[in-house]
Amino acid sequence: MAPLLCARGLSFSYRDRQALADVSFSLDRGEVLGLVGPNGSGKTTLIRCLDRILDPEGDLRLDGRDLSSMSRTEIARTIAYVPQNGGISSSATVFETILMGRRPHLRWSVSEEDKWKVSEALALLDIGGFASRRVDRLSGGERQRVLIARALAQDARLLLLDEPTSALDMRNQIEVMALLARLAEEHRLAVVAAIHDLNLAARYCHRIMMLKEGRVLGQGAPSSLLTGGMMRAVYGIEAVVKDEMGVPYVVPLRPLENDNLAEIL
Amino acid sequence: MMTDFGRLEYEKLTEKRALFIAGLILILVALVGVAVTLGSADLPVADSYLAILAGLFPGVVDLPDRMVESNAVGIVWGWRLHRVLFAIVAGFGLAIAGTVMQGVLRNPLASPFTLGIASAASCGASIAIILGAGFLSGYLVIGNAFLFAMLAAGAIYGMARLKGLGSETMILAGIALMYLFSAITSFLQYLGTSEKVQEVVFWMFGSLDKSSWPKLAIVAVVVAAVVPPLLWRAWDLNALAEGDEVAKSLGVPVERSMAGFMLAASLVTAVIICFTGTIGFIGLVAPHITRMAIGADYRTLIPASGLVGAVLLLGADCLARTAIAGAIIPVGIMTAFLGIPFFLYLFMRRRDV
Repeated sequence: MAPLLCARGLSFSYRDRQALADVSFSLDRGEVLGLVGPNGSGKTTLIRCLDRILDPEGDLRLDGRDLSSMSRTEIARTIAYVPQNGGISSSATVFETILMGRRPHLRWSVSEEDKWKVSEALALLDIGGFASRRVDRLSGGERQRVLIARALAQDARLLLLDEPTSALDMRNQIEVMALLARLAEEHRLAVVAAIHDLNLAARYCHRIMMLKEGRVLGQGAPSSLLTGGMMRAVYGIEAVVKDEMGVPYVVPLRPLENDNLAEIL
Repeated sequence: MMTDFGRLEYEKLTEKRALFIAGLILILVALVGVAVTLGSADLPVADSYLAILAGLFPGVVDLPDRMVESNAVGIVWGWRLHRVLFAIVAGFGLAIAGTVMQGVLRNPLASPFTLGIASAASCGASIAIILGAGFLSGYLVIGNAFLFAMLAAGAIYGMARLKGLGSETMILAGIALMYLFSAITSFLQYLGTSEKVQEVVFWMFGSLDKSSWPKLAIVAVVVAAVVPPLLWRAWDLNALAEGDEVAKSLGVPVERSMAGFMLAASLVTAVIICFTGTIGFIGLVAPHITRMAIGADYRTLIPASGLVGAVLLLGADCLARTAIAGAIIPVGIMTAFLGIPFFLYLFMRRRDV
């Protein structure tokens, strides 16, 4: 079977600044891909390109079909996008916000099936208790779950998440990541998540793609990719990479440039 | 499996919305009865309904003698009903225009007035009144007001388009235009004779005094043509509330939708205020009141907010005609008098919750 998502030579520029250059990868059902890299490395841009919120150059295929030949609604039925947490100004209830995920499927009225899907997503994310609360009155962790629930209600096969854990406390971080891994496995979803925390990415992603200045510096299993050399090359830091029960664990030590400065002080 | 989460409460919310709309329709029907009684000839509320029905179904309704003698049907249909209906249609139209603008621009301050559309209409009217120049001979004031309003909407859209159609850009462009057109209007007033200036000032107050059946027909046709497509695209507005990116990812053609919504809202506003002058605050207040009452699903928010606008404008017009015996205060002044304190009260109260 062909991979669910196949990207070849994706490039994108904002006016005069190139944000992505020649990114290629493929992604299978049930796979979690973590996008890592420093600020401004192109993670968010790549995610937006994959959902065609931005129009990249290059070849992007979903189930073998060219994404640029698909209508917005068709794409929305297959790909769900979870933006970075925050910026919700809507006064809609949790139920209604998740119901929005049904927009690509419904015409005008809300069917029993739509409501059922919303309930199912609420149950999966364990947020049924506040279905009638207003979204703008939720905590960061609750809100993140609502956004993921909306993506699930969308019935998509590919989930794109832009830093789903950055606004969360430790417990919520691992809960959200574990949930994504579980969804990928049980529902055969493909997941692409931009993540800042390398250790979270290492633990929950099957594969990691390392980006810097819009280019792919490497992709593969976390244990092969996260090395001291990579930390120096990508982040410019000295770091120790330990092994915690087969999962690499990065302990940052100090920035490279400031080495001399630290000694003088 | 526990999958009934939230569904019952959502059903209740849906019911509440239907009840709210039904309640507003009842209030509106009651207000029509009262509004039709207002005027120099005495007419009880019951008779006013009879007169309306008698006009609608001639020969079917058995009129009592006193109503035949007083020519109640003629008075109601000839003099009063078009004004009442005009208030309803104009209130409805201004409110949905405000609702749609606030939705598209995701800004609670967006309305035909903060976007400069109303002051453009005033400017067009002033040019017609003071300089006697205009596009539609015979209807200089109306034609100018309409064209300038649409011109302002087009200019805002054009400027925003050049800069990428962000909602902040549109509001900033609107505010800039508002000041520009106000300045032109002030300059014209400075040049004009005192009679002409008075005429401009009266136009700008906004009133329903000049309503007539043909004018009502024009406004009603435009509103009736615009509402169904707006309702049909209500999910797009729901999605746009979550931000452009999310809306796109939910399948909304964002740029095209925004342009369509803004065009529809501007058209409705322009066609109303070119006949009435500037009637403020309906477009700003009605959507807020409705959102507070029944939440933000545009499928119900649009019609409900339109009805709130209709009730507000008709209610304000009734008060404007009765507040001072023997004088009719322009309804534009009344909507501001009533709308603003009520608006502030709602916000103060919401803070406490």
